[in-house]
Amino acid sequence: MMKHFTEEELIGYRDGEPGKRKAIASHLRECAQCREDLQRIEEVFVALNAMPVPDPGEDYGRRVWLQIESRLPEKRARWWAGWFSVGRLATAGALAAIVILAFTLGRISKRTAPESDVAAAGQVRERVLVIAVGDHLGRSEMVLMELANARPAQDKNKLINISAEQKRAESLVEENRLYRQSAWSQGDSAMNSTLDELERVLVDIANSPEEITPAQFEAIQKRIESRGILLKVRVVQEELHDRGGTLDGAPKEKRTGTERSKT
Amino acid sequence: MNGRIERAEAEGISDAIAVERTLAGERDAYRVLVERHSANVFRLAYRMTGNRQDAEEVVQEAFLRGYQKLRQFAGNANFGTWVYRIAANYAIDRMRQSKSEESRREHPSKRREDGIEADPMALARDPAPSPERLASSMQLAEMMKAALNELTPAERTAIVMRHWEGCGIEEIAAVLKSNSNATKNTVFRAVSKLRKALEPFAGAKTAARAMGTE
Repeated sequence: MMKHFTEEELIGYRDGEPGKRKAIASHLRECAQCREDLQRIEEVFVALNAMPVPDPGEDYGRRVWLQIESRLPEKRARWWAGWFSVGRLATAGALAAIVILAFTLGRISKRTAPESDVAAAGQVRERVLVIAVGDHLGRSEMVLMELANARPAQDKNKLINISAEQKRAESLVEENRLYRQSAWSQGDSAMNSTLDELERVLVDIANSPEEITPAQFEAIQKRIESRGILLKVRVVQEELHDRGGTLDGAPKEKRTGTERSKT
Repeated sequence: MNGRIERAEAEGISDAIAVERTLAGERDAYRVLVERHSANVFRLAYRMTGNRQDAEEVVQEAFLRGYQKLRQFAGNANFGTWVYRIAANYAIDRMRQSKSEESRREHPSKRREDGIEADPMALARDPAPSPERLASSMQLAEMMKAALNELTPAERTAIVMRHWEGCGIEEIAAVLKSNSNATKNTVFRAVSKLRKALEPFAGAKTAARAMGTE
């Protein structure tokens, strides 16, 4: 007596299951009943294919965006959570200190020169931004310089650990974003542009694996070099330094970002 | 440069760059991903939920959740597949919730407004559905729609992802939070139930062939 295959086996056969393919195929050539059963299963898929799906329209993606845009969180949780990690508390504290300093200076200048309140407060705010961005650029420059000037071992199979630079780059990306948005809202297109380029390089570093091959390391170095980002960062630092001197009312001795970071 | 990604540029940037920019704080970069993948996610959502309104809600929720979880997205993965899985997960949760609410309510009759019996098993038991009635592809689609509605959320998800979307068993298993063997069985069960639900149609076709009306 001929042994028929079960429905489950036939569904598996139709689905491409490798297990009993040969045996089932051979059996199907001989058995009309199993062929009919398989045909019934096939009809299910034919009927499924006949099920219409409405066309959501060409501009559907745009409509979805309009519906969700206002519901996207303004600041994502991880971003804030990041500030509370031990390594970043120092940075957050420093930024907070700068803001408090700006506020205090603003109050002092308000008391001493009531006739020029608005101008003085504006100058103080700009001075604070200049110091903070200068410091940020100095630290970014250091990370980039360390990577750009490093000469890894010649062994092509030896992995290079860049986890320390990665963590610093990750922290700098978040700061950079704030300063870039600030520059953009103040219409400072040159600063915005440099910070934008810097951010891309920092994101590249932050998103790299912790351990990379010499070839990958060289690729990062080339990216830093090809974008000329170090030079651009130094130019902006010089401009900030000059701007700082003007705000203080006296020109300052020029220092490099690296030197500033060491103080 | 004002931070917004213009449409012409948006069409050119890859998913990976859009993800990177979104993570770097350019919320507008996420628009590129939403506009690019919404229609595909909608097709999946519609097949899973069976109606447009629910499907649209699934699409929106999938992209909202995707934005919130974007840092968990592995850079070398495919964003389309990733958001697709979020949509499938949300759709199945929603379907399960809706089924459980439905079961709490009393259903004295499953007869719908249009008079068609919603239970495909009842359709299967229909002693004499006329060939003319069943020969219509619209009626077949209607019957299939009813049959799909009778599947459990897991069965429906499995058949939609396997048949329409061509997903692998492992991928479906991840959405169902199950193992490969159990997922294969879920697919078999779904096909088997649909086949039984379509039996009256198949029987009618046979009868129509015998009567020379098809």
